[in-house]
Amino acid sequence: MSNGNAYITASCVIRDQQVFSNGSLLWQDAPGAELTDFLRKGYDRFSGQYPKFHKMDALSKLGWLAAEILLRTAPVEDHLPEQVAIVLSNRSASLDTDLRYYNTVKDIPSPALFVYTLANIVIGEICIRHGFKGEHIFFTTGGFDAQQVKAYTQILLDTGVATACLCGWVEVMEQQYEAVLYLVERQQREGGKPFAAEEMRNIYDLRF
Amino acid sequence: MSKVYVIADNIVAPLGRTTAENFAAVCQGKSGIQLQHNRLLSPADFYAAVMAPGQLEAYSNGSNLEGYTKFEQLLILSVQEALSQTNLDITRGRTAFIVSTTKGNIELLEQQPAQPPLGEMELFATAKKVAAYFNFTAAPLVVSNACISGLLAILTARRLIAAGLYDHAVVTGADVVTQFVLSGFQSFQAVSNEPCRPFDAARKGVTLGEGAATVILTNQPSLAPANAVVVNAGSVSNDANHISGPSRTGAELGMAMRHAMLNSGLTPADIGFVSAHGTATLYNDEMEAKAIHLAGLQDRPVNSFKGYYGHTLGAAGLIEAIIGVHALQQQTVIPTLGFEQLGVSMPVNVSSALTRQPMQHYLKTVSGFGGCNAAMVFSMEQ
Repeated sequence: MSNGNAYITASCVIRDQQVFSNGSLLWQDAPGAELTDFLRKGYDRFSGQYPKFHKMDALSKLGWLAAEILLRTAPVEDHLPEQVAIVLSNRSASLDTDLRYYNTVKDIPSPALFVYTLANIVIGEICIRHGFKGEHIFFTTGGFDAQQVKAYTQILLDTGVATACLCGWVEVMEQQYEAVLYLVERQQREGGKPFAAEEMRNIYDLRF
Repeated sequence: MSKVYVIADNIVAPLGRTTAENFAAVCQGKSGIQLQHNRLLSPADFYAAVMAPGQLEAYSNGSNLEGYTKFEQLLILSVQEALSQTNLDITRGRTAFIVSTTKGNIELLEQQPAQPPLGEMELFATAKKVAAYFNFTAAPLVVSNACISGLLAILTARRLIAAGLYDHAVVTGADVVTQFVLSGFQSFQAVSNEPCRPFDAARKGVTLGEGAATVILTNQPSLAPANAVVVNAGSVSNDANHISGPSRTGAELGMAMRHAMLNSGLTPADIGFVSAHGTATLYNDEMEAKAIHLAGLQDRPVNSFKGYYGHTLGAAGLIEAIIGVHALQQQTVIPTLGFEQLGVSMPVNVSSALTRQPMQHYLKTVSGFGGCNAAMVFSMEQ
Protein backbone atom coordinates (compact mmCIF):
# COMPACT_ATOMS: atom_id res chain seq x y z
CA MET A 1 0.00 0.00 0.00
CA SER A 2 1.28 3.45 -0.78
CA ASN A 3 2.00 5.71 2.13
CA GLY A 4 1.27 9.06 0.64
CA ASN A 5 1.60 11.87 3.12
CA ALA A 6 -1.41 12.86 5.14
CA TYR A 7 -1.80 14.95 8.26
CA ILE A 8 -4.06 15.18 11.25
CA THR A 9 -4.93 18.87 10.92
CA ALA A 10 -7.49 19.04 13.73
CA SER A 11 -8.76 16.87 16.56
CA CYS A 12 -11.50 16.82 19.15
CA VAL A 13 -11.75 14.63 22.25
CA ILE A 14 -14.87 14.48 24.43
CA ARG A 15 -15.02 12.39 27.59
CA ASP A 16 -15.49 12.78 31.36
CA GLN A 17 -17.42 16.06 30.92
CA GLN A 18 -14.40 17.56 29.17
CA VAL A 19 -13.88 18.83 25.65
CA PHE A 20 -10.42 19.01 24.10
CA SER A 21 -9.76 20.79 20.83
CA ASN A 22 -6.44 20.30 19.05
CA GLY A 23 -4.84 19.04 22.24
CA SER A 24 -6.04 21.79 24.59
CA LEU A 25 -8.84 21.72 27.11
CA LEU A 26 -11.57 23.87 25.59
CA TRP A 27 -14.38 23.48 28.09
CA GLN A 28 -15.44 21.35 31.01
CA ASP A 29 -18.70 20.73 32.75
CA ALA A 30 -19.14 19.86 36.42
CA PRO A 31 -17.81 16.37 37.17
CA GLY A 32 -20.57 13.76 37.20
CA ALA A 33 -22.96 15.73 34.96
CA GLU A 34 -25.56 13.53 33.28
CA LEU A 35 -24.76 12.79 29.63
CA THR A 36 -27.97 14.38 28.30
CA ASP A 37 -27.40 17.57 30.29
CA PHE A 38 -23.75 17.70 29.32
CA LEU A 39 -24.57 17.33 25.61
CA ARG A 40 -27.20 20.05 25.88
CA LYS A 41 -24.75 22.43 27.52
CA GLY A 42 -22.17 21.60 24.88
CA TYR A 43 -24.71 22.34 22.17
CA ASP A 44 -25.65 25.68 23.77
CA ARG A 45 -22.02 26.62 24.08
CA PHE A 46 -20.74 25.61 20.65
CA SER A 47 -23.82 25.92 18.44
CA GLY A 48 -27.30 26.78 19.67
CA GLN A 49 -28.42 27.20 16.06
CA TYR A 50 -29.47 23.73 14.96
CA PRO A 51 -32.90 22.64 16.25
CA LYS A 52 -32.54 19.15 14.65
CA PHE A 53 -30.01 18.44 17.41
CA HIS A 54 -32.81 17.96 19.92
CA LYS A 55 -34.37 15.09 17.95
CA MET A 56 -31.13 13.10 17.87
CA ASP A 57 -30.21 10.18 20.11
CA ALA A 58 -27.20 10.45 22.42
CA LEU A 59 -24.79 8.81 19.95
CA SER A 60 -25.71 11.23 17.18
CA LYS A 61 -25.63 14.22 19.54
CA LEU A 62 -22.15 13.27 20.73
CA GLY A 63 -20.77 12.68 17.24
CA TRP A 64 -22.48 15.79 15.89
CA LEU A 65 -21.05 17.92 18.73
CA ALA A 66 -17.56 16.49 18.26
CA ALA A 67 -17.72 17.27 14.52
CA GLU A 68 -19.00 20.77 15.28
CA ILE A 69 -16.01 21.46 17.52
CA LEU A 70 -13.54 19.69 15.21
CA LEU A 71 -14.57 21.83 12.24
CA ARG A 72 -14.87 25.14 14.16
CA THR A 73 -11.43 26.23 13.08
CA ALA A 74 -10.70 23.78 10.28
CA PRO A 75 -11.03 25.04 6.68
CA VAL A 76 -13.01 22.06 5.46
CA GLU A 77 -14.60 24.31 2.82
CA ASP A 78 -11.38 23.77 0.82
CA HIS A 79 -12.71 20.33 -0.06
CA LEU A 80 -15.51 19.34 -2.43
CA PRO A 81 -18.48 17.85 -0.53
CA GLU A 82 -18.11 14.64 -2.59
CA GLN A 83 -14.48 14.34 -1.51
CA VAL A 84 -14.97 14.50 2.25
CA ALA A 85 -15.11 11.00 3.74
CA ILE A 86 -16.20 9.84 7.20
CA VAL A 87 -14.77 6.72 8.87
CA LEU A 88 -16.22 6.09 12.32
CA SER A 89 -16.12 3.23 14.79
CA ASN A 90 -17.35 2.25 18.21
CA ARG A 91 -17.99 -0.72 20.47
CA SER A 92 -21.72 -0.66 21.19
CA ALA A 93 -23.10 0.33 17.76
CA SER A 94 -26.56 1.78 18.59
CA LEU A 95 -27.22 -0.56 21.54
CA ASP A 96 -27.94 2.31 23.96
CA THR A 97 -30.78 3.53 21.73
CA ASP A 98 -31.82 -0.05 20.88
CA LEU A 99 -32.73 -0.54 24.55
CA ARG A 100 -34.70 2.70 24.61
CA TYR A 101 -36.54 1.86 21.40
CA TYR A 102 -37.42 -1.65 22.55
CA ASN A 103 -38.97 -0.18 25.70
CA THR A 104 -41.52 1.56 23.46
CA VAL A 105 -42.41 -1.59 21.49
CA LYS A 106 -44.80 -3.01 24.10
CA ASP A 107 -46.87 0.20 23.97
CA ILE A 108 -46.50 2.21 20.77
CA PRO A 109 -43.24 1.63 18.86
CA SER A 110 -41.54 4.98 18.35
CA PRO A 111 -40.46 5.67 14.76
CA ALA A 112 -38.47 8.66 16.04
CA LEU A 113 -36.34 6.31 18.15
CA PHE A 114 -36.29 3.41 15.66
CA VAL A 115 -34.49 5.48 13.04
CA TYR A 116 -31.56 5.88 15.45
CA THR A 117 -31.17 2.12 15.99
CA LEU A 118 -28.39 1.98 13.39
CA ALA A 119 -24.79 2.84 14.15
CA ASN A 120 -24.25 4.87 10.98
CA ILE A 121 -27.03 7.39 11.60
CA VAL A 122 -24.51 9.62 13.35
CA ILE A 123 -22.59 9.77 10.05
CA GLY A 124 -25.81 10.79 8.30
CA GLU A 125 -26.39 13.57 10.82
CA ILE A 126 -22.87 14.94 10.34
CA CYS A 127 -23.30 14.76 6.54
CA ILE A 128 -26.61 16.64 6.72
CA ARG A 129 -25.12 19.36 8.95
CA HIS A 130 -22.02 19.95 6.82
CA GLY A 131 -23.26 18.87 3.39
CA PHE A 132 -20.68 16.07 3.07
CA LYS A 133 -21.59 13.63 0.30
CA GLY A 134 -18.53 11.42 0.10
CA GLU A 135 -17.48 7.93 1.14
CA HIS A 136 -18.27 6.71 4.62
CA ILE A 137 -18.23 3.57 6.73
CA PHE A 138 -19.05 2.55 10.29
CA PHE A 139 -16.95 -0.20 11.91
CA THR A 140 -17.55 -1.79 15.28
CA THR A 141 -14.54 -2.99 17.25
CA GLY A 142 -13.81 -4.17 20.80
CA GLY A 143 -12.11 -0.87 21.64
CA PHE A 144 -10.67 2.06 19.73
CA ASP A 145 -8.58 0.48 16.97
CA ALA A 146 -6.41 3.30 15.63
CA GLN A 147 -4.70 1.00 13.16
CA GLN A 148 -7.96 -0.11 11.52
CA VAL A 149 -9.34 3.41 11.20
CA LYS A 150 -5.98 4.67 9.93
CA ALA A 151 -5.63 1.89 7.34
CA TYR A 152 -9.05 2.42 5.81
CA THR A 153 -8.78 6.22 5.85
CA GLN A 154 -5.34 6.03 4.22
CA ILE A 155 -6.77 3.88 1.41
CA LEU A 156 -9.52 6.44 0.74
CA LEU A 157 -6.92 9.22 0.54
CA ASP A 158 -4.36 7.23 -1.45
CA THR A 159 -6.87 6.09 -4.06
CA GLY A 160 -8.15 9.63 -4.57
CA VAL A 161 -11.62 8.76 -3.31
CA ALA A 162 -11.34 11.51 -0.69
CA THR A 163 -9.18 14.58 -0.12
CA ALA A 164 -10.20 14.92 3.51
CA CYS A 165 -11.59 12.52 6.07
CA LEU A 166 -13.26 12.86 9.46
CA CYS A 167 -12.34 9.69 11.29
CA GLY A 168 -12.29 8.26 14.77
CA TRP A 169 -14.44 6.82 17.54
CA VAL A 170 -17.88 7.76 18.86
CA GLU A 171 -19.20 5.55 21.66
CA VAL A 172 -22.23 5.82 23.94
CA MET A 173 -23.56 3.16 26.30
CA GLU A 174 -25.80 4.44 29.07
CA GLN A 175 -23.70 7.00 30.98
CA GLN A 176 -20.42 5.86 29.39
CA TYR A 177 -19.43 7.98 26.44
CA GLU A 178 -16.35 8.92 24.48
CA ALA A 179 -15.72 10.71 21.19
CA VAL A 180 -12.40 11.20 19.45
CA LEU A 181 -12.49 12.73 15.99
CA TYR A 182 -9.62 13.57 13.68
CA LEU A 183 -9.63 15.67 10.56
CA VAL A 184 -7.15 14.16 8.12
CA GLU A 185 -6.01 16.02 5.03
CA ARG A 186 -3.42 15.62 2.32
CA GLN A 187 -1.88 19.02 2.90
CA GLN A 188 -0.01 20.01 6.04
CA ARG A 189 -1.36 22.90 8.08
CA GLU A 190 0.02 24.78 11.05
CA GLY A 191 0.08 22.49 14.06
CA GLY A 192 -0.74 19.43 11.94
CA LYS A 193 0.67 16.06 12.90
CA PRO A 194 1.65 13.17 10.65
CA PHE A 195 -1.28 10.81 10.09
CA ALA A 196 -0.09 7.73 11.93
CA ALA A 197 -1.74 5.29 14.32
CA GLU A 198 0.72 6.33 17.02
CA GLU A 199 -0.26 10.00 16.72
CA MET A 200 -3.91 8.98 16.82
CA ARG A 201 -3.27 7.05 20.01
CA ASN A 202 -1.45 10.01 21.55
CA ILE A 203 -4.45 12.22 20.92
CA TYR A 204 -6.86 9.53 22.09
CA ASP A 205 -4.88 9.11 25.33
CA LEU A 206 -5.13 12.81 26.12
CA ARG A 207 -6.33 13.35 29.70
CA PHE A 208 -6.51 16.50 31.76
CA MET B 1 -3.80 -3.10 -9.34
CA SER B 2 -4.13 -6.85 -9.12
CA LYS B 3 -7.56 -8.35 -9.65
CA VAL B 4 -9.77 -9.56 -6.83
CA TYR B 5 -11.62 -12.78 -7.64
CA VAL B 6 -14.75 -14.31 -6.14
CA ILE B 7 -13.62 -17.90 -5.55
CA ALA B 8 -16.55 -19.22 -3.50
CA ASP B 9 -19.94 -18.03 -2.34
CA ASN B 10 -22.91 -19.18 -0.33
CA ILE B 11 -26.44 -18.12 0.52
CA VAL B 12 -28.37 -19.58 3.47
CA ALA B 13 -31.95 -18.34 3.25
CA PRO B 14 -35.52 -19.63 3.15
CA LEU B 15 -34.89 -20.63 -0.49
CA GLY B 16 -32.01 -22.97 0.32
CA ARG B 17 -28.67 -23.65 2.00
CA THR B 18 -26.36 -23.21 -0.98
CA THR B 19 -26.06 -20.64 -3.74
CA ALA B 20 -26.99 -23.36 -6.26
CA GLU B 21 -30.27 -24.12 -4.44
CA ASN B 22 -31.03 -20.42 -4.11
CA PHE B 23 -30.19 -19.57 -7.70
CA ALA B 24 -32.29 -22.46 -9.04
CA ALA B 25 -35.25 -21.36 -6.90
CA VAL B 26 -34.94 -17.76 -8.08
CA CYS B 27 -34.77 -18.87 -11.74
CA GLN B 28 -37.95 -20.89 -11.17
CA GLY B 29 -39.67 -17.79 -9.82
CA LYS B 30 -39.99 -19.14 -6.27
CA SER B 31 -40.25 -16.70 -3.40
CA GLY B 32 -39.25 -17.16 0.22
CA ILE B 33 -41.95 -14.70 1.25
CA GLN B 34 -44.98 -16.16 3.04
CA LEU B 35 -47.78 -14.95 5.27
CA GLN B 36 -46.57 -15.26 8.86
CA HIS B 37 -48.72 -15.85 11.94
CA ASN B 38 -45.96 -15.53 14.54
CA ARG B 39 -47.47 -13.60 17.45
CA LEU B 40 -44.05 -13.24 19.09
CA LEU B 41 -43.07 -11.03 16.15
CA SER B 42 -46.28 -9.17 15.49
CA PRO B 43 -49.84 -9.01 16.88
CA ALA B 44 -51.19 -9.17 13.31
CA ASP B 45 -50.27 -11.46 10.42
CA PHE B 46 -47.53 -10.13 8.15
CA TYR B 47 -45.58 -11.16 5.09
CA ALA B 48 -41.89 -11.99 5.47
CA ALA B 49 -39.24 -14.36 4.13
CA VAL B 50 -38.18 -16.27 7.25
CA MET B 51 -36.59 -19.65 7.81
CA ALA B 52 -39.32 -22.31 8.15
CA PRO B 53 -39.67 -24.11 11.50
CA GLY B 54 -36.95 -26.75 11.66
CA GLN B 55 -35.18 -25.50 8.52
CA LEU B 56 -32.16 -24.05 10.29
CA GLU B 57 -31.99 -27.06 12.63
CA ALA B 58 -31.96 -29.38 9.60
CA TYR B 59 -29.18 -27.32 8.02
CA SER B 60 -27.16 -27.34 11.27
CA ASN B 61 -27.40 -31.08 11.72
CA GLY B 62 -23.88 -32.31 12.42
CA SER B 63 -22.34 -28.88 12.89
CA ASN B 64 -22.70 -28.78 16.68
CA LEU B 65 -24.13 -25.27 16.88
CA GLU B 66 -25.57 -25.47 20.38
CA GLY B 67 -24.68 -22.33 22.26
CA TYR B 68 -24.88 -20.18 19.15
CA THR B 69 -27.73 -17.77 18.45
CA LYS B 70 -29.81 -17.95 15.29
CA PHE B 71 -27.82 -15.04 13.87
CA GLU B 72 -24.53 -16.79 14.60
CA GLN B 73 -25.78 -20.12 13.22
CA LEU B 74 -26.76 -18.46 9.96
CA LEU B 75 -23.30 -16.94 9.63
CA ILE B 76 -21.48 -20.15 10.58
CA LEU B 77 -23.46 -22.33 8.16
CA SER B 78 -22.89 -19.85 5.36
CA VAL B 79 -19.14 -19.47 5.94
CA GLN B 80 -18.71 -23.21 6.44
CA GLU B 81 -20.32 -24.11 3.13
CA ALA B 82 -18.43 -21.39 1.26
CA LEU B 83 -15.11 -22.54 2.74
CA SER B 84 -15.86 -26.13 1.73
CA GLN B 85 -15.65 -25.01 -1.92
CA THR B 86 -12.01 -23.93 -1.58
CA ASN B 87 -8.85 -25.29 -0.05
CA LEU B 88 -7.96 -21.87 1.31
CA ASP B 89 -6.70 -22.10 4.91
CA ILE B 90 -7.99 -18.90 6.48
CA THR B 91 -6.00 -19.39 9.67
CA ARG B 92 -2.72 -19.08 7.78
CA GLY B 93 -1.48 -16.08 5.92
CA ARG B 94 -3.19 -12.87 5.22
CA THR B 95 -6.94 -13.39 5.29
CA ALA B 96 -9.43 -10.76 6.45
CA PHE B 97 -12.62 -11.96 8.15
CA ILE B 98 -15.32 -9.35 7.57
CA VAL B 99 -18.81 -9.49 9.06
CA SER B 100 -21.70 -7.33 7.87
CA THR B 101 -24.83 -6.84 9.94
CA THR B 102 -27.21 -4.14 11.09
CA LYS B 103 -28.70 -5.73 14.22
CA GLY B 104 -26.66 -8.88 14.93
CA ASN B 105 -27.98 -10.60 18.08
CA ILE B 106 -30.82 -8.14 18.75
CA GLU B 107 -33.11 -11.19 19.12
CA LEU B 108 -31.55 -11.68 22.57
CA LEU B 109 -33.26 -8.49 23.71
CA GLU B 110 -36.60 -10.10 22.91
CA GLN B 111 -35.69 -13.41 24.52
CA GLN B 112 -34.32 -11.87 27.73
CA PRO B 113 -35.97 -8.46 28.06
CA ALA B 114 -35.52 -8.19 31.83
CA GLN B 115 -31.76 -8.63 31.75
CA PRO B 116 -30.50 -8.56 28.18
CA PRO B 117 -26.97 -10.01 27.79
CA LEU B 118 -25.45 -6.75 26.57
CA GLY B 119 -21.99 -8.21 25.99
CA GLU B 120 -23.32 -10.85 23.60
CA MET B 121 -25.26 -8.17 21.77
CA GLU B 122 -22.13 -6.24 20.84
CA LEU B 123 -21.57 -6.79 17.13
CA PHE B 124 -17.83 -7.23 17.48
CA ALA B 125 -18.25 -9.86 20.23
CA THR B 126 -20.61 -11.97 18.14
CA ALA B 127 -18.39 -11.62 15.05
CA LYS B 128 -15.42 -12.76 17.11
CA LYS B 129 -17.34 -15.79 18.34
CA VAL B 130 -18.24 -16.74 14.76
CA ALA B 131 -14.66 -16.23 13.54
CA ALA B 132 -13.38 -18.35 16.43
CA TYR B 133 -15.62 -21.23 15.27
CA PHE B 134 -13.34 -21.37 12.23
CA ASN B 135 -10.19 -21.09 14.38
CA PHE B 136 -9.70 -17.58 13.07
CA THR B 137 -7.99 -15.80 15.93
CA ALA B 138 -7.18 -12.37 14.50
CA ALA B 139 -9.72 -9.59 15.02
CA PRO B 140 -12.60 -9.70 12.53
CA LEU B 141 -13.71 -6.47 10.87
CA VAL B 142 -17.35 -5.58 11.44
CA VAL B 143 -19.19 -3.27 9.04
CA SER B 144 -22.51 -1.91 10.32
CA ASN B 145 -23.74 0.73 7.90
CA ALA B 146 -27.49 0.11 7.57
CA CYS B 147 -28.71 -1.53 4.38
CA ILE B 148 -25.51 -0.91 2.41
CA SER B 149 -23.47 -2.99 4.91
CA GLY B 150 -23.25 -6.15 2.80
CA LEU B 151 -22.04 -4.50 -0.39
CA LEU B 152 -19.82 -2.13 1.56
CA ALA B 153 -18.21 -5.14 3.27
CA ILE B 154 -17.31 -6.57 -0.16
CA LEU B 155 -15.97 -3.19 -1.25
CA THR B 156 -13.96 -2.92 1.96
CA ALA B 157 -12.43 -6.34 1.35
CA ARG B 158 -11.52 -5.38 -2.20
CA ARG B 159 -9.86 -2.18 -1.00
CA LEU B 160 -7.90 -3.89 1.78
CA ILE B 161 -6.66 -6.56 -0.65
CA ALA B 162 -5.83 -4.01 -3.34
CA ALA B 163 -3.86 -1.99 -0.79
CA GLY B 164 -1.76 -5.07 -0.04
CA LEU B 165 -2.96 -5.49 3.55
CA TYR B 166 -4.48 -8.91 2.86
CA ASP B 167 -4.39 -11.53 0.11
CA HIS B 168 -7.77 -13.11 0.81
CA ALA B 169 -11.01 -12.25 2.55
CA VAL B 170 -14.00 -14.07 3.94
CA VAL B 171 -16.89 -11.62 3.72
CA THR B 172 -20.05 -12.75 5.45
CA GLY B 173 -23.23 -11.08 6.62
CA ALA B 174 -26.58 -11.86 8.18
CA ASP B 175 -29.66 -10.37 9.76
CA VAL B 176 -32.69 -11.99 11.37
CA VAL B 177 -36.37 -10.97 11.21
CA THR B 178 -37.19 -9.86 14.75
CA GLN B 179 -40.00 -8.12 16.56
CA PHE B 180 -37.53 -5.26 17.02
CA VAL B 181 -37.01 -4.61 13.31
CA LEU B 182 -40.53 -5.51 12.18
CA SER B 183 -42.18 -3.20 14.72
CA GLY B 184 -39.85 -0.42 13.65
CA PHE B 185 -40.69 -0.68 9.96
CA GLN B 186 -44.38 -1.02 10.89
CA SER B 187 -44.12 2.17 12.98
CA PHE B 188 -43.00 3.92 9.79
CA GLN B 189 -46.05 2.49 7.94
CA ALA B 190 -43.43 1.05 5.59
CA VAL B 191 -44.42 -2.65 5.59
CA SER B 192 -46.45 -3.93 2.64
CA ASN B 193 -49.64 -5.92 3.36
CA GLU B 194 -48.79 -8.19 0.42
CA PRO B 195 -45.46 -9.55 -0.85
CA CYS B 196 -43.40 -6.53 -1.93
CA ARG B 197 -43.66 -5.29 -5.52
CA PRO B 198 -40.47 -3.42 -6.49
CA PHE B 199 -40.91 -0.58 -9.00
CA ASP B 200 -44.58 -1.49 -9.48
CA ALA B 201 -47.30 1.15 -9.68
CA ALA B 202 -49.21 -0.59 -6.87
CA ARG B 203 -46.24 -1.09 -4.54
CA LYS B 204 -47.03 -0.64 -0.86
CA GLY B 205 -43.72 -0.93 0.94
CA VAL B 206 -41.11 -3.42 2.10
CA THR B 207 -41.32 -7.07 3.01
CA LEU B 208 -38.65 -8.12 5.49
CA GLY B 209 -36.47 -11.19 5.08
CA GLU B 210 -33.67 -13.05 6.82
CA GLY B 211 -30.65 -15.02 5.81
CA ALA B 212 -26.88 -15.06 5.54
CA ALA B 213 -24.45 -14.96 2.67
CA THR B 214 -20.71 -15.25 2.19
CA VAL B 215 -18.17 -14.53 -0.52
CA ILE B 216 -14.56 -15.61 -0.43
CA LEU B 217 -12.20 -13.31 -2.29
CA THR B 218 -8.56 -13.62 -3.28
CA ASN B 219 -5.91 -11.86 -5.34
CA GLN B 220 -4.38 -15.20 -6.37
CA PRO B 221 -5.38 -16.14 -9.94
CA SER B 222 -4.32 -19.72 -9.26
CA LEU B 223 -7.15 -20.10 -6.71
CA ALA B 224 -9.80 -18.73 -9.08
CA PRO B 225 -12.05 -21.16 -10.97
CA ALA B 226 -12.24 -20.98 -14.76
CA ASN B 227 -15.21 -18.62 -15.06
CA ALA B 228 -14.50 -16.61 -11.93
CA VAL B 229 -16.11 -13.23 -11.48
CA VAL B 230 -13.90 -10.28 -10.65
CA VAL B 231 -14.87 -7.69 -8.03
CA ASN B 232 -14.53 -4.44 -9.91
CA ALA B 233 -14.67 -0.84 -8.64
CA GLY B 234 -17.23 0.39 -6.13
CA SER B 235 -18.26 3.70 -4.64
CA VAL B 236 -20.17 5.03 -1.64
CA SER B 237 -22.03 8.33 -1.28
CA ASN B 238 -24.24 10.13 1.21
CA ASP B 239 -27.42 12.05 0.42
CA ALA B 240 -26.77 14.65 3.17
CA ASN B 241 -30.51 15.21 3.08
CA HIS B 242 -32.53 13.12 5.54
CA ILE B 243 -31.77 10.21 7.87
CA SER B 244 -34.82 8.10 7.00
CA GLY B 245 -35.98 9.43 3.63
CA PRO B 246 -34.04 9.02 0.38
CA SER B 247 -32.67 11.85 -1.73
CA ARG B 248 -35.29 13.77 -3.68
CA THR B 249 -33.12 13.81 -6.79
CA GLY B 250 -31.20 10.52 -6.75
CA ALA B 251 -28.08 12.56 -7.54
CA GLU B 252 -25.96 10.92 -4.84
CA LEU B 253 -26.78 7.31 -5.75
CA GLY B 254 -26.34 8.34 -9.39
CA MET B 255 -22.89 9.67 -8.53
CA ALA B 256 -21.93 6.40 -6.82
CA MET B 257 -23.09 4.47 -9.92
CA ARG B 258 -21.11 6.73 -12.24
CA HIS B 259 -17.97 6.45 -10.10
CA ALA B 260 -18.26 2.66 -9.96
CA MET B 261 -18.49 2.46 -13.77
CA LEU B 262 -15.81 5.10 -14.40
CA ASN B 263 -13.31 3.48 -12.02
CA SER B 264 -13.99 0.13 -13.67
CA GLY B 265 -13.20 1.70 -17.04
CA LEU B 266 -16.76 1.17 -18.26
CA THR B 267 -19.66 3.10 -19.75
CA PRO B 268 -23.41 2.42 -19.28
CA ALA B 269 -23.46 0.43 -22.54
CA ASP B 270 -21.10 -2.12 -20.94
CA ILE B 271 -23.49 -2.89 -18.07
CA GLY B 272 -25.51 -6.08 -18.66
CA PHE B 273 -28.04 -5.29 -15.95
CA VAL B 274 -28.47 -3.20 -12.82
CA SER B 275 -29.32 -5.19 -9.69
CA ALA B 276 -31.09 -2.40 -7.83
CA HIS B 277 -31.96 -2.11 -4.15
CA GLY B 278 -35.67 -1.99 -5.08
CA THR B 279 -37.21 -2.15 -1.60
CA ALA B 280 -40.67 -1.36 -3.02
CA THR B 281 -41.24 1.67 -0.83
CA LEU B 282 -42.73 4.54 -2.78
CA TYR B 283 -39.78 6.84 -2.21
CA ASN B 284 -36.87 4.42 -2.53
CA ASP B 285 -37.84 3.08 -5.94
CA GLU B 286 -38.63 6.57 -7.19
CA MET B 287 -35.21 7.80 -6.06
CA GLU B 288 -33.47 4.82 -7.67
CA ALA B 289 -35.23 5.39 -11.00
CA LYS B 290 -33.95 8.98 -11.00
CA ALA B 291 -30.43 7.82 -10.12
CA ILE B 292 -30.48 5.23 -12.91
CA HIS B 293 -31.32 8.03 -15.34
CA LEU B 294 -28.62 10.32 -14.00
CA ALA B 295 -26.11 7.51 -14.45
CA GLY B 296 -27.22 6.98 -18.07
CA LEU B 297 -28.50 3.46 -17.35
CA GLN B 298 -32.18 3.99 -18.20
CA ASP B 299 -32.01 1.59 -21.16
CA ARG B 300 -30.23 -1.21 -19.30
CA PRO B 301 -32.28 -4.02 -17.71
CA VAL B 302 -32.96 -3.34 -14.02
CA ASN B 303 -34.05 -5.91 -11.46
CA SER B 304 -34.71 -6.16 -7.74
CA PHE B 305 -34.46 -9.46 -5.84
CA LYS B 306 -36.56 -8.29 -2.87
CA GLY B 307 -39.55 -10.26 -4.22
CA TYR B 308 -37.58 -13.49 -3.64
CA TYR B 309 -35.82 -12.69 -0.37
CA GLY B 310 -37.58 -9.72 1.18
CA HIS B 311 -35.30 -7.05 2.57
CA THR B 312 -32.54 -8.89 4.45
CA LEU B 313 -30.88 -5.68 5.72
CA GLY B 314 -27.18 -6.35 6.47
CA ALA B 315 -27.26 -9.49 4.31
CA ALA B 316 -29.05 -7.87 1.37
CA GLY B 317 -25.98 -6.51 -0.41
CA LEU B 318 -24.26 -9.90 -0.13
CA ILE B 319 -27.21 -12.14 -1.06
CA GLU B 320 -28.16 -9.97 -4.02
CA ALA B 321 -24.56 -9.50 -5.21
CA ILE B 322 -24.16 -13.30 -5.25
CA ILE B 323 -27.39 -13.88 -7.19
CA GLY B 324 -26.13 -11.21 -9.61
CA VAL B 325 -22.73 -12.89 -9.93
CA HIS B 326 -24.33 -16.20 -10.87
CA ALA B 327 -26.75 -14.48 -13.24
CA LEU B 328 -23.73 -12.89 -14.91
CA GLN B 329 -21.97 -16.25 -15.19
CA GLN B 330 -25.13 -17.79 -16.67
CA GLN B 331 -25.61 -14.77 -19.00
CA THR B 332 -29.10 -14.43 -17.54
CA VAL B 333 -31.18 -11.46 -16.46
CA ILE B 334 -33.43 -12.37 -13.53
CA PRO B 335 -36.99 -11.00 -13.55
CA THR B 336 -38.26 -8.71 -10.77
CA LEU B 337 -40.77 -10.87 -8.89
CA GLY B 338 -43.87 -8.87 -7.93
CA PHE B 339 -43.41 -6.30 -10.67
CA GLU B 340 -46.17 -5.83 -13.24
CA GLN B 341 -46.65 -2.22 -14.21
CA LEU B 342 -44.03 0.50 -14.00
CA GLY B 343 -44.75 2.97 -11.22
CA VAL B 344 -41.87 5.46 -11.17
CA SER B 345 -41.80 8.90 -12.74
CA MET B 346 -38.60 8.34 -14.74
CA PRO B 347 -39.03 5.26 -16.96
CA VAL B 348 -36.55 2.46 -16.35
CA ASN B 349 -36.26 -0.90 -18.03
CA VAL B 350 -37.44 -3.20 -15.24
CA SER B 351 -36.79 -6.83 -16.07
CA SER B 352 -40.02 -8.86 -15.87
CA ALA B 353 -39.06 -12.11 -17.63
CA LEU B 354 -36.05 -14.40 -17.50
CA THR B 355 -33.91 -13.49 -20.48
CA ARG B 356 -30.53 -14.54 -21.81
CA GLN B 357 -28.06 -12.06 -23.21
CA PRO B 358 -24.30 -11.88 -23.71
CA MET B 359 -22.70 -9.60 -21.09
CA GLN B 360 -19.42 -9.01 -19.28
CA HIS B 361 -20.45 -6.77 -16.36
CA TYR B 362 -23.30 -5.91 -14.04
CA LEU B 363 -23.83 -3.12 -11.53
CA LYS B 364 -25.12 -3.75 -7.98
CA THR B 365 -26.59 -0.89 -5.94
CA VAL B 366 -27.91 -0.47 -2.40
CA SER B 367 -29.19 2.44 -0.32
CA GLY B 368 -30.12 2.81 3.32
CA PHE B 369 -31.07 4.85 6.36
CA GLY B 370 -28.58 7.54 7.21
CA GLY B 371 -28.64 8.62 3.55
CA CYS B 372 -26.10 6.01 2.45
CA ASN B 373 -25.72 4.64 -1.08
CA ALA B 374 -23.26 2.17 -2.61
CA ALA B 375 -22.70 0.88 -6.12
CA MET B 376 -20.29 -1.74 -7.37
CA VAL B 377 -19.40 -3.44 -10.64
CA PHE B 378 -18.83 -7.18 -10.98
CA SER B 379 -17.18 -8.43 -14.16
CA MET B 380 -16.41 -11.68 -15.96
CA GLU B 381 -12.70 -12.49 -15.91
CA GLN B 382 -11.35 -11.64 -19.35
